Amino acid sequence: MTSLPEPQPGGKKLGLVIDLDTCVGCHACAVNCKEWNTGGHHAPLPDHNPYGKEPHGVWFNRIHSYEAGCGSTSKTVNFPRSCLHCETPQCVTVCPTGASYKRAEDGIVLVNTDICIGCKLCSWACPYGAREFDEDQGVMKKCTLCIDRIYNEALPEAEREPACVATCPSRARHFGDFNDPDSKVSRLVAERGGVALMPELGYAPVNRYLPPRKATIPAKPLERQHGGSVNALLKMLDMVLSR
Amino acid sequence: MTPAGSVLLLTTLTGFGYGLIAWLGTLAGLGFLPAAPFFLPVCVAIGLGFSSAGLVASTLHLGHPERAWRAFSQWRSSWLSREGVAAMATFPPAVAFAGLWWLLGAGAVATRVAGVVAAVLAFVTVFCTSMIYASLKPIRQWHNPHTAPDYLIFAVFSGAVLLAALWAIWFGAAKGLAVAALVAALAALGAKLAYWRFIDTQKPLVSLASATGLLSFGTVQPLDRPHFTENYVLREMGYQIARKHAVKLRRIAAVLAFLLPALLALVASERVLPAVATTAATLSALVGLLVERWLFFAEATHVSTIYYGV
Ligand code: SF4
Ligand code: SF4
Repeated sequence: MTSLPEPQPGGKKLGLVIDLDTCVGCHACAVNCKEWNTGGHHAPLPDHNPYGKEPHGVWFNRIHSYEAGCGSTSKTVNFPRSCLHCETPQCVTVCPTGASYKRAEDGIVLVNTDICIGCKLCSWACPYGAREFDEDQGVMKKCTLCIDRIYNEALPEAEREPACVATCPSRARHFGDFNDPDSKVSRLVAERGGVALMPELGYAPVNRYLPPRKATIPAKPLERQHGGSVNALLKMLDMVLSR
Repeated sequence: MTPAGSVLLLTTLTGFGYGLIAWLGTLAGLGFLPAAPFFLPVCVAIGLGFSSAGLVASTLHLGHPERAWRAFSQWRSSWLSREGVAAMATFPPAVAFAGLWWLLGAGAVATRVAGVVAAVLAFVTVFCTSMIYASLKPIRQWHNPHTAPDYLIFAVFSGAVLLAALWAIWFGAAKGLAVAALVAALAALGAKLAYWRFIDTQKPLVSLASATGLLSFGTVQPLDRPHFTENYVLREMGYQIARKHAVKLRRIAAVLAFLLPALLALVASERVLPAVATTAATLSALVGLLVERWLFFAEATHVSTIYYGV
């Protein structure tokens, strides 16, 4: 069914918080995501000409870099982009076959590749460019929020989180339930002012991004303006040298 | 958006096919068609032929054409599914319309009712096609009040020139339909010019700052791309050739799709070589509308490419 599910009482709203302050742009999340998913739920992921001149393939994470602001206060911001598991996503409702669907119990947006006809309409409907078409298999693929990790009882409990979250060396990615106000993700969003991307499109994305902190550590002034021995010494030096 | 040949053929050919069925059903319902026993069945067959060709072409761009039947299931939410259902639903009444015409005659109530039902469903099909595009929020050149009426107007125009040509070939003259085709061509030209003016003045949907959640920093500039070759998103949605040649291609589309057919329809309405003029008008409209449809895709920008600074 590609109609959106009614939110269930007590249901979860699973998603990610991505911290743009601490992301160092190392692409480890993208690599571990590819590694897990080429053997996981959506396996295999195309990977053509990987060591050649023009490698291409399907990736669920893409890490951009931007310059935010301008001038001396501007910042380099590394920006991981993946499916935001939106609450009202058109990628689901446009699907003619029922292959693209949103789970009622936890809100994860998935593709059933066994019935997908590969019409690509869902990728046109996603404003975030999160879906990538698998030309080898003729079906659409996308982030699964590592559904085969987070509920996987064969894994130790501590590892039941998405591959990108598990691997991030700067702990810039967090996974949890946004319906639980005490979860880590909910608290991070509240404390750090987590934002939704392109809210004006009306997709109500679940994932949130924590903006880079603006605070800078105030540097000590090099010269004190009035009085003090350092200042007097510098003044004398200045006088001598200016002669 | 990168234009796919199969989708251009789908939208253009079904415009001709269902447009023709809509004209035939409406005119028969009003009792305006001559009671020639063969004319209508042949026309319906040609209309369904155009539509089938378009529908078959559209399955070519699917990753799994053999699963196409699954696309009839999600009509509750998906315009693409609705299009499939409506496209198929038009066939039985259209075939019945042709059969009853042959069996009971042009004037029979059953014939006229079947004609009107087929005409309505043909219109509904074209409307569903238009809504596939008009409903996509990330594409501003499609998600606007022009798209749906334009598709309907173009189908009415395509059906009119095609019917004028068939009529002129069959009966030797087609004054009334030539005039109808002329009017439809000018209306379609007006609609397209209004559309182009509209998309030229549209503002981008969002800024990069909003797309990245960095509004509090003011401006945001792209620095490094995530990958140095094109990925699916850039290949499918980052098409830029049309923007370079847009002015020239728009002129070609306007002349071939609308102006030349209008001129030829005018010639035909003056009873100068009506069969030749209307046939040429139809061919010109077909080629012109393919160019127009190519532009409809190629000029459309997808908001996701903003992440790449495109
Ligand atoms: S980010 Fe795109 S693919 Fe993911 S749920 Fe939202 S609209 Fe769908
Ligand atoms: S590509 Fe597959 S999942 Fe996407 S809309 Fe088409 S059938 Fe649905």
